[in-house]
Amino acid sequence: MDAATQSKTAALHSSLRYRLISFLGPEHVHAANASDIVAGVQPKLVIVPGRESELAEALRLVSDAGLAAIPRGGGTKISWGNPPARADIIFSTARLNEITEHAWADLTVSVGAGCTIQVLQETLAQHGQRLALDPLWPEKATVGGVLSSNDSGALRLRFGALRDLVIGVTLALPDGTLASSGGKVVKNVAGYDLPKLATGAFGTLGMVTRAVFRIHPLPRNTRSFSIRRKEAEEARHLIHTIQNSKLAHSALQARFGNDAPPIVDILFEGTEVGLDAQEAHLKELAETASLTIASTEIWNARQDLWSFDKPESGTIAKIGILPAEIDRAMATIAKSASVRQLQWKSVVQATGIGLLKLEGDTADMRVSLQEVREQFERSSGSLVILYRPPGMAPIDAWGNTGDALPLMKAVKQQLDPKSTLNPCRFVGGI
Amino acid sequence: MDARILEELRAIADDRGLVSSPEELHTYECDGLVNFRVLPRAVLLPTSTEQVQSIVRICHRERIPFVARGSGTGLSGGATPVENGIVISLVRMKRILEVDFPNARVVVEPGVLNLDVTSRIQHNEFFYAPDPSSQTVCTIGGNVAENAGGAHCLKYGFTTTHVLGLEVVLPDGTLVHFGGKTLDVPGYDLAGVFVGSEGTLGIATKIILRIVKRPECVRTLLAAFNSTNEAGAAVSGIIAAGMLPSAIEMMDNLAIQAAEAAVRASYPNCGGLLLVELDGPVAEVEALMTDVNEICRSNGAWEIRIAQSEAERALIWKGRKSAFAAMGRISSNYIVQDGVIPRTALPQVMSEIERLSQEAGLRVANVFHAGDGNLHPLVLYDRRVPGQQEIAETLSARILELCIEAGGSITGEHGVGVDKKKMMPKMFAEPDLLTMQRVRCAFDPLQLSNPTKIFPTPRLCGEQPGEYTPHPVESSGLAERF
Repeated sequence: MDAATQSKTAALHSSLRYRLISFLGPEHVHAANASDIVAGVQPKLVIVPGRESELAEALRLVSDAGLAAIPRGGGTKISWGNPPARADIIFSTARLNEITEHAWADLTVSVGAGCTIQVLQETLAQHGQRLALDPLWPEKATVGGVLSSNDSGALRLRFGALRDLVIGVTLALPDGTLASSGGKVVKNVAGYDLPKLATGAFGTLGMVTRAVFRIHPLPRNTRSFSIRRKEAEEARHLIHTIQNSKLAHSALQARFGNDAPPIVDILFEGTEVGLDAQEAHLKELAETASLTIASTEIWNARQDLWSFDKPESGTIAKIGILPAEIDRAMATIAKSASVRQLQWKSVVQATGIGLLKLEGDTADMRVSLQEVREQFERSSGSLVILYRPPGMAPIDAWGNTGDALPLMKAVKQQLDPKSTLNPCRFVGGI
Repeated sequence: MDARILEELRAIADDRGLVSSPEELHTYECDGLVNFRVLPRAVLLPTSTEQVQSIVRICHRERIPFVARGSGTGLSGGATPVENGIVISLVRMKRILEVDFPNARVVVEPGVLNLDVTSRIQHNEFFYAPDPSSQTVCTIGGNVAENAGGAHCLKYGFTTTHVLGLEVVLPDGTLVHFGGKTLDVPGYDLAGVFVGSEGTLGIATKIILRIVKRPECVRTLLAAFNSTNEAGAAVSGIIAAGMLPSAIEMMDNLAIQAAEAAVRASYPNCGGLLLVELDGPVAEVEALMTDVNEICRSNGAWEIRIAQSEAERALIWKGRKSAFAAMGRISSNYIVQDGVIPRTALPQVMSEIERLSQEAGLRVANVFHAGDGNLHPLVLYDRRVPGQQEIAETLSARILELCIEAGGSITGEHGVGVDKKKMMPKMFAEPDLLTMQRVRCAFDPLQLSNPTKIFPTPRLCGEQPGEYTPHPVESSGLAERF
């Protein structure tokens, strides 16, 4: 950048900052520091709008100035996706955290994007209800962040993913538009289903300012079991047997790794009498000797993967495979990892969605990620890199997006033509 | 239509695949919404994705609007033809392409009937969950367009919950794939946007469905109350007790009378009839059924029956599912309405419907998916009485306004189509509708795929590649360009 451009940019930033302060208040506009870095890119400002209309207006100003906007909730997944091409202004949703309506008798809740999952769950629990979703780090992760990253856990098997739970969303677009779609009733087919479009879009189409969810009753009782298996093939077989049985489990996952035989975990929810019957049925399906009553801790297995001995030599990817190919997928991982002496662990849900952790040399891990991705994509699966150590050479986080990429770019072009929002973080350079 | 284009279309779809004689075209002039009729220029019945692509490419080249159609059972006019346009019927694309039990997936062509999916997989104890009342005749392609629901979506979700992937012919003829057999395929959830877009974003030619294992048991309970309010209070009690039944249906006295006259379902003659279905493992279901029984009794149920056999259960459902058609037994004409309210607004909305009904001097029967607040008021009238149809239409529209005022929706499962597009600005603000139309512009910049549906004021898309040609609706002053 030459001196003239630099001075022009500085003037622009200073005038924008002044305008942002004028309607957000000086306490809600501050200079960004090292803790605000987004996947290696240092932003300049952090703003904390207090209303949806303020956020939309600020977004319009930032977009008009040709700058890049990065939405941020709890910041737990801020490094996911590809590094942004630019990251000028962080939009924190911390003040948009109100639970505006918990219509408990209608099983719905309207909530600001900045509300943490834990606060939301605590509020819903007062009426014996929950958002039937178990994302990572609920104490910090926010509604907006979880929606944008489409993070779901083990309960997805029974209750669906965010796309099945979100019934309404309000988006702020870079031209200052605040657009709502969906509604606050569970059943509704009026207009396009934009809540689904926003889910998993990594904030590249609009900033989620508010969402409405359908909620579920808390279970009366729960019971968890773990079943040891010798081989991945046996684990796959057990999962298939359970899925094909008359059991009505709420979660079913398998834990694999290079250092221990696989373990299959199952969660039942219901009345005590119902749980007794299901337990008896489960014991008929899996030989009793290998079955133990488990604590609810096992359902943190996904999150536990994220504690690294050495974060600089570990990586985590989300995998999507066909449920019937879980054992084949694990064999692919095991083979690729063992050739390069990598440690690996994986937690896979019966839906075929899982997390994979690799530890070892960064260059080797990079090769393994590519190798495993290629294999998965051949049988319509996917591998998306969520965390990579700073020392790893660049690698696309997403992999193949298929023939719909031009259409995805057209959708982006319509809603965010200047690429203001999270530029280049999403698939295909979106 | 230009004879040259007609010949070109005939060459693609062969003689059996082209309907162009005026008398035959009348079959296609409307769908289940019979008061809107437009004669299409031609109807094409392709048998393959390639044929659909070729037809759509010609439409794109010649700027001919097209409307995709399944069995035509839709109730909102989603398949009503467009002036000067053609209809592309998908009924000849009716192959079930793949049944994958280990992964619980089925791949179908759009013309496959809803019930045929379940018929094909039931020997292995699987079923396809979305069950619109028309499931014996409606197609999966139509279900995808309308995001069809049904009585069991309370627990199992809607069509969109069960569509994992789609092969779509875009309005310029390009073939694209959304989602797939695995979950969370990287990229935007375009399958999520496409399902329920009422044919305005392209034509689905292949659909990957999720299928569901049959529960160990299903128990169906019928409870008779003096009023829908009492029945509604029982529903609240069931929800508050933390249960998620697979279905909760309600009918008022007029709906019961009609169902009785039509199929003799042996319903008790009461003011509010509740049908509650629980499914799952036997021990769990029986424990919960005892609770449901008590909740119904304590809210005033004076007769409770639990279906003792599959035949009894089928009869109970037959009465419910034939409720719309049964209106013909008690009224010469009727309008089927579809609105949604937060379930707790039921007493207030019902008494307001009652008041409006008396004011208009017309009877309104109510069939209600009570678990999720989806109302189906049926406004009964006689077309032969001058002015009565207009009164019925006004009343029906007023009921939808009640739904919006209560915080609900103008449609829960039938779609907007041509029928309700005027209501859209009452439910959504201008920026909301414009944002949806921007998404439409990404899929269909020339607005050829089922134009004039959903949106009250079609907005044409900005920059377009190639030479500027005014769109037919623009030339006729029906739309503006932005």
